[in-house]
Amino acid sequence: MKKVYVKQELMALNGDEAVAFAVKQADVDVVAAYPITPQTIIVEKYSEYVANGEVQTEFVCTESEHSAMAACIASSATGARTFTASASAGLALMHEMLFVASGSRTPIVMAVANRALSSPLNINGDQSDSMAERDSGWIQIYVENAQETYDTILQAFRIAEQCEVLLPVIVGLDGFIVSHTLENVDVLSDDAVKNFVGERILPDVLTHEGKKVPFKLDPDNPMTMGPIALPNYYFEFKRQQEEAMKNALTVIQQVHDEYAKLSGRGYGNALIEPYKLDDAEVAVVCVGSASGTAKTVVDELRAEGVKAGLLRLRTFRPFPAADVQKALENVKAVAVLDKSISFGGNGGAVFLEVRHALYDAKSRPLMVNYIYGLGGRDTGPKDFKKVFSDLHIIAHNKRADKLVNYVGLRE
Amino acid sequence: MATTQEWKFTAKDIALKPDAFLPGHRACAGCGPANVLRMVMKATRGPTIVTQATGCMEVVSSIYPYTSWAVPWLHTAFETAAANASGIDAALKVLKRKGKVKQEHVDIIAFAGDGGTFDIGFQALSGAVERGHDFLFILYDNEGYMNTGIQRSGGTPMGAATTTTPAGSVMPGKLQHKKPITDIMVAHEMEYVATATPYYWKDMLQKVRKGLEVEGPAFLHIFAPCPRGWRSEPSNSIDYTKLAVESCVFPVYEVVKGKYELSTPSKLVALAPQKKRPITEYLKGQGRYRHLFTPQNKHVIDELQRFTDERWGKLQKKVEQSA
Repeated sequence: MKKVYVKQELMALNGDEAVAFAVKQADVDVVAAYPITPQTIIVEKYSEYVANGEVQTEFVCTESEHSAMAACIASSATGARTFTASASAGLALMHEMLFVASGSRTPIVMAVANRALSSPLNINGDQSDSMAERDSGWIQIYVENAQETYDTILQAFRIAEQCEVLLPVIVGLDGFIVSHTLENVDVLSDDAVKNFVGERILPDVLTHEGKKVPFKLDPDNPMTMGPIALPNYYFEFKRQQEEAMKNALTVIQQVHDEYAKLSGRGYGNALIEPYKLDDAEVAVVCVGSASGTAKTVVDELRAEGVKAGLLRLRTFRPFPAADVQKALENVKAVAVLDKSISFGGNGGAVFLEVRHALYDAKSRPLMVNYIYGLGGRDTGPKDFKKVFSDLHIIAHNKRADKLVNYVGLRE
Repeated sequence: MATTQEWKFTAKDIALKPDAFLPGHRACAGCGPANVLRMVMKATRGPTIVTQATGCMEVVSSIYPYTSWAVPWLHTAFETAAANASGIDAALKVLKRKGKVKQEHVDIIAFAGDGGTFDIGFQALSGAVERGHDFLFILYDNEGYMNTGIQRSGGTPMGAATTTTPAGSVMPGKLQHKKPITDIMVAHEMEYVATATPYYWKDMLQKVRKGLEVEGPAFLHIFAPCPRGWRSEPSNSIDYTKLAVESCVFPVYEVVKGKYELSTPSKLVALAPQKKRPITEYLKGQGRYRHLFTPQNKHVIDELQRFTDERWGKLQKKVEQSA
């Protein structure tokens, strides 16, 4: 029987516009942001909605990203559904406040149009910005295209605001490749989004008098938020955040599955998206838009008889270690692609996590790391073919000579 | 506005009004800022949300699981008091429109020390004021980074010894004058800017209330001695806030829609200049200035006197021009 999904409309949107449109439909209360390439279109588009009275949102165009994130935390603490967007230097300027946001348990949603960090100055896409924030306590979900951007922003509010999670979420979309590329995007009706996202849930907390009150700044129920915690309590706060991250692994999947039933669109199990991986002998792991190219190459290689596969890591924080292990343990040789660099580290951020997840697997694949696409360097099918051909040799020799490699680089 | 209480601010009124900044906080004996905070909260007029920059007053009042705050209170970081106020203001506006905030009006007060105002928090403050958020920013100025152990700030006066401007054999404490923060805020063309000291408590409370009644941003600069940082007697803290006014080191005045007006304590000095106290009377007894009372550093005291007179003169001119 053919499944029936809600009626949808086809729109031509780039990734940034898809974000703005989703935020509009999610009936966000406050957007506090500072423009930065390649995120700018999001705030520009949203400003149009505000200027034309299409949303009730208070849009606060702050004087810096640091203040934007502070205003977001305060707004979220006051009970408002809150959104912001940033990239690169802007995200780096927020660094201090990112930890405050997660520690304060403010469920802010932020779109990061992933871009390289200075110096040298570069406005093009790579994932150095949000990968550098991987320990800031934010959930991180990376998307492949404009459609997934739209779908994921809607899911992000549900995930963030869920009481057992109550953590901020970054949705990472590759700068320019996703943010600026016009695509066909199926969008839900406003009502369908309203039903799916719902109103913001405020968890109840206990006062010292034992009264249950909503967790927000409320003159009727005064609450001290953002206190100082000394060594006798600080540690427990941090442990609770880790528990919330663990809960997020389940919630991300639940919300994704519910959305898939509604829209007909799903992305693997929400944490990982395996592609032709079941019988794969060689596989590539990547994050974000590169997986689109990788899928094409996998198809071509499959046509040639090569047992190639792909694992797209969709959720990077919390890291789905068990899923990654299960998906890769029977592969002979795996290449993990990192669109960021951890200087002096023994591989990129994604590589370290993936390799670590495989340590306890029954059979460990041979694993190598490729740094690619820094500063917007184009990574095309030929680059992936090179990686797969290396993997073929590694699998054949049962030995990887070089752990960390570069693809698409002059050396 | 329904939330506006009549402001009498007699000693009896404020004694009867319940505290919103409660005892049990960890401030030092003789702490100027703690006195200021307690009194400021006596001038609130209804539902109020307080947000605070990192600093002494944040640390002493919110040690988990305790709190001194009987009103909703938020701290995020050192440089963010005004940005927090922006976020609270935006949230309240939209939630009110959507019927999710019941109160007819909620006042927002942002507290920050001189570090969180003159220096690290200045950009956020300037931005929030430019955007016109409805909040009262209160600077409690103890003229240094006291929370981190008495380092210099943009609000530290010339000659003061701090741990980053120690009185050495070649440097007599801080070499630069205090930043004219109030004038800088006036330059933002906001509706209400004022200075106050806790010695003239009634004047201070009235200014808090005026600041709250402004629809939009208001700025109040309150002088608040720190006996630890100033190396002064804890029992003298409030007296220094009188001497600072009488010596014109810290004149009290209001700038309403750009028009300067001296408040009574400073007006009395302007009317009877012979009563203006020499700066030495204010400096003496403060350990941070002790090294100035030596022959080789006399020039610093002379410069402080000249500078104080110059700023006082400029202020009086602005008052005259406003009349």
